[in-house]
Amino acid sequence: MKLGRASVAAWLVSLTNASRAEYGFDLPQPQSSVAQTAYDLHVIVLWVCLIIFAVVFGAMFYALFKHRRSLGHAAHPFHESTTVEVIWTLVPILILVGLAWPATQAVLAQKDTGNPDLTVKVTGYQWKWEYDYLQEGVRYMSNIATPRAQIDNQAAKGEHYLLEVDEPLVVPVGKKVRVLLTSNDVIHAWWVPALGVKQDAIPGFIRDTWFRADGVGTFRGQCAELCGVNHAFMPIVVEVKSPDDYQTWLADKKQRLVAAQAAGASAADKTWSDAELRARGEQVYLANCAACHQPDGQGIPNVFPALGGSKVVTGPAGNHLMVVLNGRPGTAMAAFKEQLDDLELAAVVSYQRTAWGNAGGTVQPAAVKAMRQ
Amino acid sequence: MNPSMDTPMDKPLTDPHDAGHHAAPAGLWRWLTTTNHKDIGSLYLWFAAAMFLIGGLMAMVIRAELFQPGLQVVQPDLFNQLTTLHGLIMIFGVIMPAFTGFANWQIPLMIGAPDMAFPRMNNWSFWLLPVAATFLIGSLFLPGGAVSGGWTMYPPLYLQGGISYDLTIFAIHIMGASSIMGAINIITTILNLRAPGMRMMKMPMFVWTWLITAYLLIAVMPVLAGAVTMLLADRNFGTHFFDAAGGGDPVLFQHIFWFFGHPEVYILILPAFGIVSTVIPTFARKPLFGYRSMVYATASIAILSFIVWGHHMFTVGMPAGMQLFFMYATMLIAVPTGVKVFNWVVTLWKGSISFETAMLFALAFVFLFTIGGFSGLVLAMVPVDVQLQDTYYVVAHFHYVLVTGALFSIFAGLYYWLPKWTGHMIDERWGRWHFWLSAISVNVLFFPMHFLGLAGMPRRIPDYALQFADFNRIASLGGFVFGASQILLLVVIVKCIRGGEPAPARAWDGAEGLEWTLTSPPPYHSFAKPPEVR
Repeated sequence: MKLGRASVAAWLVSLTNASRAEYGFDLPQPQSSVAQTAYDLHVIVLWVCLIIFAVVFGAMFYALFKHRRSLGHAAHPFHESTTVEVIWTLVPILILVGLAWPATQAVLAQKDTGNPDLTVKVTGYQWKWEYDYLQEGVRYMSNIATPRAQIDNQAAKGEHYLLEVDEPLVVPVGKKVRVLLTSNDVIHAWWVPALGVKQDAIPGFIRDTWFRADGVGTFRGQCAELCGVNHAFMPIVVEVKSPDDYQTWLADKKQRLVAAQAAGASAADKTWSDAELRARGEQVYLANCAACHQPDGQGIPNVFPALGGSKVVTGPAGNHLMVVLNGRPGTAMAAFKEQLDDLELAAVVSYQRTAWGNAGGTVQPAAVKAMRQ
Repeated sequence: MNPSMDTPMDKPLTDPHDAGHHAAPAGLWRWLTTTNHKDIGSLYLWFAAAMFLIGGLMAMVIRAELFQPGLQVVQPDLFNQLTTLHGLIMIFGVIMPAFTGFANWQIPLMIGAPDMAFPRMNNWSFWLLPVAATFLIGSLFLPGGAVSGGWTMYPPLYLQGGISYDLTIFAIHIMGASSIMGAINIITTILNLRAPGMRMMKMPMFVWTWLITAYLLIAVMPVLAGAVTMLLADRNFGTHFFDAAGGGDPVLFQHIFWFFGHPEVYILILPAFGIVSTVIPTFARKPLFGYRSMVYATASIAILSFIVWGHHMFTVGMPAGMQLFFMYATMLIAVPTGVKVFNWVVTLWKGSISFETAMLFALAFVFLFTIGGFSGLVLAMVPVDVQLQDTYYVVAHFHYVLVTGALFSIFAGLYYWLPKWTGHMIDERWGRWHFWLSAISVNVLFFPMHFLGLAGMPRRIPDYALQFADFNRIASLGGFVFGASQILLLVVIVKCIRGGEPAPARAWDGAEGLEWTLTSPPPYHSFAKPPEVR
C-alpha cells in the first residue's frame, strides 16, 4: 500500500518534470495591432460571458441547494410571466449590441489591406509554403526543418519541434505587410497566432490579409486547414527584422538566388556523371518527394504509389519526366516544373530510376531543358 | 371511432397477439419486418448504441495518439481516416438515430396516436441505416482506406481520394433518404394523429422540438445530397463545380455544405431541448416555465439557423459586409437560446427538486451546454474567430454542445423513459456512478481543449508542438475515463431490461403526459382508441 502510494507520487512527479513547456491558457502575447484587437475583444467577451454565467448559474445552484424536496421545499407551480420573458429577451439584445460595436470596428480594420509597405504572395503546396516578394523578384520555398527521426521518436525532440522551417518569411518591423494568398492544390490556411493573421489559401483564387509587426522576433504558426496526410507538418515561421537587417537579408537573398540561377543554367549545359546525379537526386528526393513516396520509395499502399518497381519509373524516361514536370491533375502529385531547376529535376529522376532496385538509366539536365520547350 | 369515447387508459387495450391482424413473427424476422413504432424505436436506439461504441473506440485511438508528441499509435493517414469517420459516425450514426429512436417511441405515446403515420416507411427508414453504416465503416478496409478529408468533405482535397470517397457519398445519400422519410413520418404523425383535444399549443415540448427538427431535416438533407452529388460528378463525370482549374469554385462547396451544416447543428440539439424540457419539470415538480416562449424560441432558432452558415467560413476571405452580416445573425441566436436557459433555471426556482439520474444529466446539460453556448458567442466575434477557427477551441466548443449537450440529453432521456419502456425502474446507484464519472471526466477531456486552441493548436493534426503536450495528456486521460464510463450505461440498460423493481404506470411522481397513463411497459399496440385530452 505504502509502496503503491510512493510509486504513484513518483509517477506524478515525473509527469510534472516531463512537462517541458509552460501551460498556455490564453491567446499568445499579441505582436501586431490586428492580434491586439482580437486579444482585447476576447477579453471583453470572456468577461461578459463570465458575468452572465455567474448570475444564471448562481440562481440555478441556489435553487438546487435551497429548493429541494429533501429539505421539504414545496413546489410553487407558477409557470408564466410575459414581463420576465420580454426583459430577458431585450437585455441580451442590448448586451449583444454592446459587443457588436467594437467587433464591427475590428472587422473593418482587419479587412483594410490598403496602402501596404510590402506585398508578399504566399502559395500553399501539399505540404510546404512558397513566399514571393512581388516587388523584389525574390521567390523561394519554405519546408519543415524538423527531422523525420524526431517525429518517429527515434531522436530527442528539439525546442521548436514541428514549428521550424528551412527558409522563414522575413519582414521588416513596423511596416504594413500585405499577404496575398493562393494555393497550388488543395485549400490551406496560413496562420501566425502572435501576428493575428489567419487566411485560407484557395486554389484558383487570391485572398489577402495584412499585419504590421510591433517588434523584431521570430513568430511561429501552422497550416490551419486540413490539407491531407502531412497537414500537421507544414509550419510557418515569420522572422521580423529591423529595416536595416531586412535590407541586408534581402540583398543577400537576391544574390544567392541569382547565383543559384546562374549555377542552375550552367549546370543544365554540363554533362554529369551518374554518381553525381544520384547523390544530388537523393537530396532533392528527400526534400520534395519522400513526404508521400517515403524515403524507401515504397509509398503508402493505396494512398501514395511506390516508386520502387513502379511502371512509370521503370518505363521510358520521357514519360517519367513528364509526370514529374506536370504532375497528375486530380491527385496529390504536384507539378514540379516551377519548383525545381533542370539539374534538380534530372537528378531526382535519375535517383528514382536507379534506386530501390530500379534498373533504369540516368537523365541529363539537357534532356529536361529540351522537354521544357 | 368516436373521439369522445371514454377509454380506460391505464390498461392494455389489446393483446399483442390480438391486434386485429395476425400473430407477430418472432426472432430476426420480427425485427426485419416490424412496423411497430416501439420496435422501430428500440432498433434505432440499439443501432445508435452500436455506432456509439464504434465511434467511441475511434476517439480512444485518436486520444491515444495525441497522448504525447510524436507518432506512436497510428500514422497520419489512418489518423485522418479515424477523425473523419468519428465525426460522420457520431453525427449520422449516433446522435441523429438516437433522437429518431426517442421520436419513434415517444411521439405516438405523447400525442395519443396508435403508431406512426406511415409504419411501413418507418421500417424502411430504419433499415437503410445499417446499410449506410456498413458502407462507411467497411470503407476502412478498402484499398486506400476510408475517407480522410474530414467529415466536412471539403474539395479539392476530397477530389483526391480513392474508391471509399465515392462509397461515402453513397452512404450519405442513403442516410439522407432515411432522415427525410423519418422526418415526413414525424411531421405527418404530429399534424394528423394527435388525440382529440390536443391542440398544437398543448403538445409536449418534446413533440414541438421534433416537429421543428423534422422541418429542418426536410429543408436541408436535400441540400447535403446536392453538395455530395456535385462532388461525385466532379470526381467521376468530368464536371468542375469545385475545381478552379475548370472554372469552378472550391468555396462554393463550403457555402452549400454549411447551408446544410448549420441547420444540421440544430437538428442535433433541438430534440435535446425537448428532452430536457420534459425531464426538468418532472423532477422540479413544477410545470415548464414559459411554455409558449419555449415554442417561439425553438422556432426562432430554427429560422435563424438558415442565415448563419457563413460563420463556419470566416477565414475563407469573404468581404467585410458578409462577415458582419453573419456575425450579427450568429450573435442573435444567443437570444432565443438564452431564453431557453433562463426558462429552465426559473422552472427549477421554488420547485421541489430531487436528483434522480435523469435529472442529474438534464442539469448537467443546462450547465455544460451553456458553456458550449458561451464559447459559441466567443467564436461568433469575427476578429476572435479568425484566431480560433480550425483550432482545438472549436473542437472544445462543438464537443461541449454535442457531447455534454446532445449526448447528455440522450442519457437523460434514457434514464427517464427506460422504466416506461421496460417496465422496470433503473438502478439509480449504477446510474449515479455513470453520471458522476461521465460528468467529471468529460470536463477533464474537453475543457483543456479551450486552452489548447487559444495557445494555437490546430485541429485535425496527429502530432503537435511541445508546448501543447501537457493539456493533451490531461485531455487524453479524461477521454479514457469517459470512454470506460460508458460501459456503466450499458450495464444499467441491460439490468433494466432484464429485471428490477417494477415500474408503475407513472414511474416518476412529477411526470405529466399521456405516456404515463399507460402501463409500464405499454401494451404492444397502445392508444388503439385515442384518449381524450382536456
